[in-house]
Amino acid sequence: MARATRLEYRNVTMRFADTAGRGVTAVAGVSLAIADAEVVALIGPSGCGKSTLLNIGAGLYAPTDGAAFVDGERVEGPNAHVAFMLQKDLLLPWRTVAENVMLGAEIHGQPRSQRRRRAHELLDGFGLGEFAGRYPHQLSGGMRQRAALARTLAVEPSVLLLDEPFSAVDAQTRMVLQRDLARTLTRAGKTALLITHDLFEAVTLSDRVLVMSARPGRILEEMTIDLPEREDPLARRRDPRVNDYVARLMDRLQIGEDTLEPQAIGGGA
Amino acid sequence: MSARPRLPPGAAASVALLVVFLAAWEWGPGLLRIPSYIIPSLSEVAREAVRMWQVSHVLMHTGVTAGEVLAGFALGSLLGAFIGYLLGMSPATEVALSPYILALQIAPKVAFAPLFILWMGYSVYPKILVAVLIVFFPVMVNVLTAIRTVDPDLINLARSFKATRAQIFWKIEFPASIPALFAGLRIGATLAVVGVVVGEFVGGNLGLGFLLTFGEGQANTPMVFVSIVLLTLIGGIAYLGVVLTEQRVLHYLPGRNANRRVG
Ligand SMILES: Nc1ncnc2c1ncn2[C@@H]1O[C@H](COP(=O)(O)OP(=O)(O)OP(=O)(O)O)[C@@H](O)[C@H]1O
Ligand SMILES: [Mg+2]
Repeated sequence: MARATRLEYRNVTMRFADTAGRGVTAVAGVSLAIADAEVVALIGPSGCGKSTLLNIGAGLYAPTDGAAFVDGERVEGPNAHVAFMLQKDLLLPWRTVAENVMLGAEIHGQPRSQRRRRAHELLDGFGLGEFAGRYPHQLSGGMRQRAALARTLAVEPSVLLLDEPFSAVDAQTRMVLQRDLARTLTRAGKTALLITHDLFEAVTLSDRVLVMSARPGRILEEMTIDLPEREDPLARRRDPRVNDYVARLMDRLQIGEDTLEPQAIGGGA
Repeated sequence: MSARPRLPPGAAASVALLVVFLAAWEWGPGLLRIPSYIIPSLSEVAREAVRMWQVSHVLMHTGVTAGEVLAGFALGSLLGAFIGYLLGMSPATEVALSPYILALQIAPKVAFAPLFILWMGYSVYPKILVAVLIVFFPVMVNVLTAIRTVDPDLINLARSFKATRAQIFWKIEFPASIPALFAGLRIGATLAVVGVVVGEFVGGNLGLGFLLTFGEGQANTPMVFVSIVLLTLIGGIAYLGVVLTEQRVLHYLPGRNANRRVG
C-alpha cells in the first residue's frame, strides 16, 4: 500500500458553543487517513460528529484543534479538490437539471460551452440525458439524487465527501444509486469518505469501515473489507461474508454505547 | 395533450355570484326602500359615471391617481427590496436598525399624509410618498425574512464551490427570495392605492380621492360609488400585473402553468 494519502484528519477536535454558553465537543482527537482511490465508510451513532468531520474536510468549519489535509495541503477553507453531497439533493428549483449540474463549474468561471458539454456527458452517463432541460420538481427522488451526484462530480474533485447520500430514497432506488456511485468512484478512481447509517451500504461500497463512538466522537475501530468487486455492490451483497462484517459492526456499535439507531440495522432489508 | 385549458372548478359559480350581486345592487335598494343617497342603484351609478365622464374630467383624475399609485408602488417596492436585501446581507445592520424599523412599521403610515402635504404642498409628491412608505414595509419584511431563511446547506454548497459573497447572493439568495418578494409585491400593490387615496383626501384637487371627498361634500352618493369602483379597478389592475409577472418569473415552481406541460 504505497498509495498517496488524499484526505487526512490529524488529531481533529471540534467544540461548538451551544446556546446556553456551554461547549459541546462534537469530535475529539480524530485522526484518519484515506489513500488515493480508496473509499472509506464512516459509521457511528447519531450526533457523534460524522457530519461535523465532513464539514471540516470540505473547509466549511474550522476545527477547534488539529487540521484536515487534502493532498498534503492543510484545509483552510473550501477548495476545488473536494466536493460534498448530502442527504438533501440541494438542487436549486429555479435552475434546470443541467444548469444545476453546472453550478460549480459556473462559479469557478469555466466557459459556458465547456461546462455544458460536461453536464450533458454526466447526465447521459446517469441516464438523465433527456431530463437535462427539466426542472428539479419534475424528477423523482432517485433522479434528483443522481443529478446531485452529477453536480458533485462536475467540478472534477479528487475527494468526494458523501453524507448519507441515499438515506432519503426508497430501498430499491438506493441499491441502483449505490451501484451507480460505486461504478463511478471505481472507474474515475475517486477517493471518497462515505457517511452512512446503513451497515450494508458501508460494507458493500467501501474498502474500509471506520466506527465512531458516541459524542464526543472518536474512532473506535477500523475494519478492512476484504471482498472483491467494490465496483458492484449488488454482487457484493450476495456474498455471505458481507453478513459477517455487518454482524461484527453491529456488535461493535452496541458495545460502544447502546444508542444505536434502529435504522442502522434495518438497512439490509 | 388537450390544448384547451379547463376553467377551474367554481368559476361558473363565481360568475353566477357576480350576476346575483349586480342584480341585487340594481333592484335591492328599491325593494328595500333604501334612499338613493344611502345606496344608489347600479343604473344610477352608471348614469353618474357617464355624467362624470362628460363634465368632471374623470379620466384625468383616474389617470392622476393611477400614475401616483404606479410611482408609489414602483419606488416603494424598489426601496423595500433594496433595504431588505441590504439588511438580509448584513445582520449587524439589521440588529442596529430593527427597533427603528419596527417603530416605523407600527406607526400608521397614512397618518403621515398631512405632514407630507405640509412639506410638499398640494402636488402629487406627498401622495406618492405616502404610497412609498406604505408599500415599503411588506416588501422589505418579506425579502428580509426570505434571505434569513435560505437553507444554510444551500449556502454551504455554494461556499464549497468557492463562491464569492456576490456569487452566493446572485446565484442562491436572490433567486431563493423571489417567491417571497412577489408575496410582498402583491400586498404592496393593494396598499399603494390606500396610501394614494388618503393623500388625496387630505389635500389637493386632483385624483379619485379628491373626487370622492368632493362627491361626499355635495351629498352625491353615486359619485362616491363611481370613485370607489374606479379605485378598486386601479388596485385590481396593479394586483393583476404583479400576479401575471409572478407567473412568468416563477414558472419553474410546481403547480403553475399547469396547462403548459412539458413533453
Ligand atoms: N453548527 C453547529 N453548531 C452547534 N452545534 C453543532 C453544530 N453542528 C453540529 N453540532 C453538534 O455537534 C454534534 C455532532 O453533530 P453532527 O451533525 O456532526 O452529528 P452526526 O454524526 O452527523 O449525526 P447524524 O448521524 O444524526 O447525522 C451534535 O451534538 C450537534 O448538536
Ligand atoms: Mg449527520
